[in-house]
Amino acid sequence: MKLTLHIWRQKSAKEKGAMATYQVDHISPDMSFLEMLDTLNEQLILNSEEPVAFDHDCREGICGACALTVNGVPHGPEAQTTICQLHMRKFNDGDALYVEPWRARAFPVVKDLVVDRSAFDRIMAAGGFVSAHTGGVPDANAILIGKDAADKAMDYAACIGCGACVAACKNSSAMLFVGAKISQYAHLPQGQPERKRRALAMVAKMDEEGFGACTNLYECEAVCPKGISVAGIALMNRDFLRAKLTYVETKTGGA
Amino acid sequence: MSLNANIPSGPLTQKWEKHRFEMKLINPANKRKYSVIVVGTGLAGASAAASLAELGYKVDAFCYQDSPRRAHSIAAQGGINAAKNYPNDGDSVYRLFYDTIKGGDYRAREGNVYRLAEVSNEIIDQCVAQGVPFAREYGGYLDNRSFGGAQVSRTFYARGQTGQQLLLGAYSAMMRQVGLGAVNLHARTELMDIVIVDGHARGIVTRNLCTGAVETWAADAVILATGGYANVFFLSTNAIACNVTASYRAYKKGAMFANPCYTQIHPTCIPVTGDHQSKLTLMSESLRNDGRIWVPKAVGDKRAPGDIPEADRDYYLERMYPSFGNLSPRDISSRAAKRVCDEGRGVGASGYGVYLDFADSIHRLGRGTIEERYGNLFEMYERITGENPYTVPMRIYPAAHYTMGGLWVDYNLMSTIPGLHVLGEANFSDHGANRLGASALMQGLADGYFVIPYTIANYFATAKTAKVTTDHPEFRKAEAEVRARMQTLLALNGKKTVAQIHRELGDVMWEFSGMGRNDAGLRKALERVPVLRDEFWNNAKVVGQGEEMNIALERAGRVADFLEFAEVMLHDALDRKESCGGHFREEYQSEDGEAKRDDENYAYVAAWEYAGVGVKPVLHKEELEFENVKLQTRSYK
Ligand SMILES: Cc1cc2nc3c(=O)[nH]c(=O)nc-3n(C[C@H](O)[C@H](O)[C@H](O)COP(=O)(O)OP(=O)(O)OC[C@H]3O[C@@H](n4cnc5c(N)ncnc54)[C@H](O)[C@@H]3O)c2cc1C
Ligand code: FES
Repeated sequence: MKLTLHIWRQKSAKEKGAMATYQVDHISPDMSFLEMLDTLNEQLILNSEEPVAFDHDCREGICGACALTVNGVPHGPEAQTTICQLHMRKFNDGDALYVEPWRARAFPVVKDLVVDRSAFDRIMAAGGFVSAHTGGVPDANAILIGKDAADKAMDYAACIGCGACVAACKNSSAMLFVGAKISQYAHLPQGQPERKRRALAMVAKMDEEGFGACTNLYECEAVCPKGISVAGIALMNRDFLRAKLTYVETKTGGA
Repeated sequence: MSLNANIPSGPLTQKWEKHRFEMKLINPANKRKYSVIVVGTGLAGASAAASLAELGYKVDAFCYQDSPRRAHSIAAQGGINAAKNYPNDGDSVYRLFYDTIKGGDYRAREGNVYRLAEVSNEIIDQCVAQGVPFAREYGGYLDNRSFGGAQVSRTFYARGQTGQQLLLGAYSAMMRQVGLGAVNLHARTELMDIVIVDGHARGIVTRNLCTGAVETWAADAVILATGGYANVFFLSTNAIACNVTASYRAYKKGAMFANPCYTQIHPTCIPVTGDHQSKLTLMSESLRNDGRIWVPKAVGDKRAPGDIPEADRDYYLERMYPSFGNLSPRDISSRAAKRVCDEGRGVGASGYGVYLDFADSIHRLGRGTIEERYGNLFEMYERITGENPYTVPMRIYPAAHYTMGGLWVDYNLMSTIPGLHVLGEANFSDHGANRLGASALMQGLADGYFVIPYTIANYFATAKTAKVTTDHPEFRKAEAEVRARMQTLLALNGKKTVAQIHRELGDVMWEFSGMGRNDAGLRKALERVPVLRDEFWNNAKVVGQGEEMNIALERAGRVADFLEFAEVMLHDALDRKESCGGHFREEYQSEDGEAKRDDENYAYVAAWEYAGVGVKPVLHKEELEFENVKLQTRSYK
């Protein structure tokens, strides 16, 4: 296959970027999209040009590193598939493809297609955990969790933190990401003691990082490679409101 | 240099207990005076960083990904072992210990492995407490499944994403400490070298992968939890960036490298399709619980799998190893696949593939059950191959997957450089010559949650090193070396890309040091690797600058280290004139093609000491003593 690629090139966060056009040839339908970009990069290096920087690692759809839009769609055209798992057999010979980074205020471009998603880590640091320090916990089977609850929690826990939800949203909302973490814990007994505190802390951090509000268009769910449900957003909103109305942080220890 | 494993004396079952009592403690108020650098945020590194910070130590954690949550551990699919014996099927700490020693073909330390089995249960408790959503039964209890090399069901799992869920658990625990200011996180920061002051590991040199800034960091101890080196084969199931740099830099600074030739080839991966391929994808071993492996009986039978009747199929694992069948250990299953393909009975376009067939299970259990168990794996297979495994059997072939070898550590997980501790896949400690499925996750978390928090205190309390800062001349020297090396790499302006040379290195390693090895082949590889290394330094091309994000430079640094490290592996493989676990020397096999160990001469850990680039390293032996387990020929028949 032969393709025309229009790719966003930006030397650094400070410099301005622009689209550049490249031709690639001999693309096999068995290649993944990223292997197609590898082919381009090999070509560029041999021409003494800088390769296109893009994030990737596992190439198995699980680490959440890969992040780019193809013709404006995060992770490209195939539903529930990360760009690293998208294979070239889904494209046609002669296609022209526009390849760009995630666009969001909270995800500044580092270089080319690479963006800074550390805001997600900071949201996690604010409350995306169960405070169980190492040691001194009960036997695993002492906490009974029905299969339904475990499965629901797992559905939300499957989030890979790639940020496609943010990239797809016109407001750059991170609510699918945050809702997923909050919902995972909300379905588990382990998550209950800190439930309100968590919702308040994560939502506050999310706002502080510059992510926008949700206007219920559900573009996020449509592009999520793991099929995370927007029901998580509703649950998050409920938990947040309830916490805001009722949560009082106890500062002193002891009962 | 003498190798003292520091294994506590006394009965096996009491060693760890006794050691924990005898080790010195640091009182809570003093802990914050000690700082620890943790390189790597996979299961081993994240669990260590979280646990050490909870205890009060000052922790700096590093990884090269943009987020610690993306460490390669995230990709583990199948599960994690523990000796809980929840299914009441005869498991125990002793059985897990025994299976691991046997699975490792009697090339691991009894003391370490017993401790691993002992703490395995605590790991599951810890993960559940963190909210890891393990699979449950309807009654709310944890579900288990079985994995290769075991006759009990002791594997805990979270769909096909166990590594992801365990890592997110450890990552959350670590991020909580980041939020509390107890862990300083440095993502997109790559270790370039280790700094030794007065014989102790006291810091590291790093490169910021966004800005290119070279920086130095000082601490009272350094932990490497930097994963395995399977990408020396170029094609492997590892993530693209997995590399040997951290371990190799430590090795060059005096840490011994143990058993580098013990590499694991995983039997169930999607076969190679062409030269464009950048990695191979694992299909979890758990599939072997319900999938049956076969090839046509006749050489050259090109019929579609559905057209081949039962009578013309060879379910070779079930035939050759009736008691373990499709769940035979990885090394044995991999070699059996290679053998049938070498005979000309392989399937798929390349002839290097065997079928993994779910038709019987789908018939017996229904498609729904299979979908529930393996749905995401089946989807992944279809995405990659374009074939639907519910109707056409999967095609699989072995691929490089895991490295049992690693930096030598003693019972306290300390390398031969005092203060340098090594956890997870980066060390060599627990899996001998072959790792059993679902045991790497267990080991990584054991090291990080339950071993290093104890042993590091003892190190601080006994080493009593003086404080150093990055102004120390050793830091300046190491930094200058790193900068100089970067400049040399950036100046490379030849005709080949680094990836091309890496691929060639991989071809050599796979052919001569992969599933089968022999004297002549290893010698040939030892001639070829230095040639490739010369080609790299004379004819590779690196573009861009150092003071910016530069993916070409990053890759060049990693491949340069692989090109030196490969030789250490080959020397080890050549030196070990026996077959054991993942190390199959063709000269040493029984008549029916099984590995032949030589316990009399080779029941030792081979620890290699750096002696210069291209110079054969110096071998040091740590004899393995088996006081509890009788050495037997491993049989899974
Ligand atoms: C596809 C696949 C499936 C697997 N499935 C299973 C399974 O089901 N069960 C099981 O038990 N095991 C499984 N394994 C093995 C297991 O996943 C790994 O052995 C284990 O996760 C390794 O963990 P780790 O913490 O040692 O290292 P990793 O998770 O590899 O982490 C390494 C860390 O070190 C950092 N790092 C490395 N070098 C540097 C450097 N120079 N500078 C800075 N940072 C650095 C990386 O950024 C990363 O954070 C699987 C492996 C693969 C490849
Ligand atoms: S590279 Fe890991 S999800 Fe795509």
